[in-house]
Amino acid sequence: MLKDIFYKKRRYATVRTGQAQDRGEEKAEVKEVPEGLMIKCDKCGTIAYAKELEKNLKVCQGCGYHFPMTAFERIAMLLDEGYFFEYDSELLSTDPLNFPDYLSKLKKDMETSGLSEAVVTGEGTIKGYPVVIAVMDPRFRMGSMGSVVGEKITRAAEQALEKRYPFILFSASGGARMQEGVLSLMQMAKTSAALARLNEAGVLYISVMTNPTTGGVSASFASLGDYNFAEPGALIGFAGRRIIEQTIRQELPEDFQTAEFLLKKGQLDKVIPRQELRHTLAKILDMHTVRRGS
Amino acid sequence: MAGELSFEKPLLELNRKIEELRRFTEEKDIDFTDEIVKLEARAKALAQEIYGNLTPWQRVQLARHPERPTTLDFINALFTDFIELHGDRLYGDDAAIVAGIAKFNEQPVTVIGHQKGKDTKENIARNFGMPHPEGYRKALRLMQQADKFNRPIICFINTPGAYPGKAAEERGQSEAIARNLREMASFGVPIICIVTGEGGSGGALALGIGNRLLMLENAFYSVISPEGAAALLWKDASQAQRAAESLKITAQDLFELGVVDEIVPEPIGGAHRNFAETVTGLRSVLLKHLDALKTMSREELVVDRYHKYKAIGRYAAFTESV
Ligand SMILES: [Zn+2]
Repeated sequence: MLKDIFYKKRRYATVRTGQAQDRGEEKAEVKEVPEGLMIKCDKCGTIAYAKELEKNLKVCQGCGYHFPMTAFERIAMLLDEGYFFEYDSELLSTDPLNFPDYLSKLKKDMETSGLSEAVVTGEGTIKGYPVVIAVMDPRFRMGSMGSVVGEKITRAAEQALEKRYPFILFSASGGARMQEGVLSLMQMAKTSAALARLNEAGVLYISVMTNPTTGGVSASFASLGDYNFAEPGALIGFAGRRIIEQTIRQELPEDFQTAEFLLKKGQLDKVIPRQELRHTLAKILDMHTVRRGS
Repeated sequence: MAGELSFEKPLLELNRKIEELRRFTEEKDIDFTDEIVKLEARAKALAQEIYGNLTPWQRVQLARHPERPTTLDFINALFTDFIELHGDRLYGDDAAIVAGIAKFNEQPVTVIGHQKGKDTKENIARNFGMPHPEGYRKALRLMQQADKFNRPIICFINTPGAYPGKAAEERGQSEAIARNLREMASFGVPIICIVTGEGGSGGALALGIGNRLLMLENAFYSVISPEGAAALLWKDASQAQRAAESLKITAQDLFELGVVDEIVPEPIGGAHRNFAETVTGLRSVLLKHLDALKTMSREELVVDRYHKYKAIGRYAAFTESV
C-alpha cells in the first residue's frame, strides 16, 4: 500500500536513485514559491517575501531566527551545483509491530512531504570536496528514527568508510520512533556501531544538529561527531523539557537545551549560523581531505 | 502485604488459607489434611492459570517488583571475589550504576549494572537506578579497562531510564550514552548483556551493546515507558496497559523481533519468588554463551557484534521498475 503511494509520489520527486541529478530541475521543483507570498517570523514578527527569505537561506533578517528546512533544501544549500547521488531511496518502512495508526501516519507524511522516509542520504561535493551526506527532515514523523532511518544512516556510514569520504550528518529529530518499538531503539546501536568503524578507520565524521535534535538521536549519532556543531537556537537534549520540569519540580531557564546553552556547558564545538555553514564545512574538509583530482 | 500485585491476590489468599489450615492442624489437633490437599491442588491450578498467561502489563509489574533481585544480588550470587570500583574520574561516583571486577567460574570478568534500591531510603540514594552521565562514564572507564586486560564484560540492565534532570543535561547525558554505544561496539572482548528487570530506553541501551543480549523471562525492554507512550498516544497515562501490548516489550516479543538471543526462564511467580532457582538458570546460560565467545578473536568479536546490530530492523525495498 505504502509502495503505491510513494511510487506515485516519486514520479515528481526531486532526485532519483542511481543517477546524478541536474540541480536546476531539483531547485525549481522543491523551491517553487508563489509570487508575492509573505512569511511572518514566529520569533520577532518581521514579515518578508518568501522568495527573499529563501535567498537568505531561510534565516530571518530581523532576528536571525533559522526557519526549518526540508532535506532537499538543505542539500541544495550545501552541495555544489549539479551533483547529488542519492542512496537507498527505495527503502520503505513497514509496520513490524502492527502499531495502531502507524501505516496511515506514514502514508500521510509521504504525501505531504514527498519523501520516502525521514532521512535523505547520498553523496556530492562541497566546494569540490567529496562527502557522504545524510539529512534528516523534520516533516516526516518529526524526523523520528525507525528501522529505515537507522538502516539508511548505517549504509551511508558504510559508504563513507568504503570510499573514505568524510561523512556529514544533519540531524533534525524528536528521537526514536515509538511505533517501531524496540527496533527503533536498536537503531541507536546500529548507527553508533557504524560510526565506531569510521572512528577506528580515521574517517572524518561531522555532526550538525539542527532544530530539534533530541532523545535517541541526540543520544546516538548526533553526539558522536569528530566535530559536533549546531545551528543557532536549535533545541538539543536528551530528555524533554516538560518531563524534566515535572521530575525536578522547578522551572528551567529560558535558554535551557538551546545550542547556545549547550555551547556554554561545553557540550558543542561551535554554533554555526546557516550562512557560514557551507564555508566552515569546506574549511574543515580542506584540513582533512585531499581535493578531488589532486 | 507489600509487594503483592493485584493479579496475584486470589492465589496469595488461597495460599494463606492453606497455611492457616496447617496451623490449625498442628495447634488444635484437628485433621484438615483432606482440605489441605484439595486446596493445594486448586492453588497449583490457579498459579498455572495466573502465571502461565501473564499479560505484558503484568510482566511490567513483575519486572518492577520491589523485591525483584537487583544487580548486586545477581553479582553476589553469580560471582566470587567481587571488588566494587567507583567513580568516573571526571565528576563523581553515580550510585545508580555499580561496577567492578570479579570472578565467574574462576575467570576474571568486569561486571557492571544499574542498581535500584531495596527500600525508599536506598532508592533515593541510588536515584531509583536512573543514572546521570557520570554513571555511564564510570561504566565506560571500567569497560575500557576490561578491554585493556582482556576481561569479558557482563552487564546487568535494570533501569527505568537515564535520569531526566537539569544537571544530567548540562553534563551531557546524550553524549555519555552515545559514546558508550560507540565504544561498546569497538571492544575486543566478549560482552554479554542481560536485561534483568526494566529495560528503560536509551538509559538501558547505554549498557546494552553486547555479543549476546539475554533477557529474564519477565523482564521488559522498551523504547519508551508504557506510561509515557500512553500519555503521547491517548493523552492518558492510565492507558499504560494498552501501550504495553502495542509496544511489544516482553522477552518473547524481543526474541521474535531478533533483538534478544535467549530468554532465561524465571521460577513461577517471578525471579523474586525463588532467587536461587533464577540464579542457577542464569548461570548456566551465561556459561554457555561465554564459552562460545571465548573461542573468538578480538577482531571476530567486534565483527560479530556489528553484524548482530546491523541485522536488527524491518523494512521493505522496492525499485522503480516494479
Ligand atoms: Zn525574526
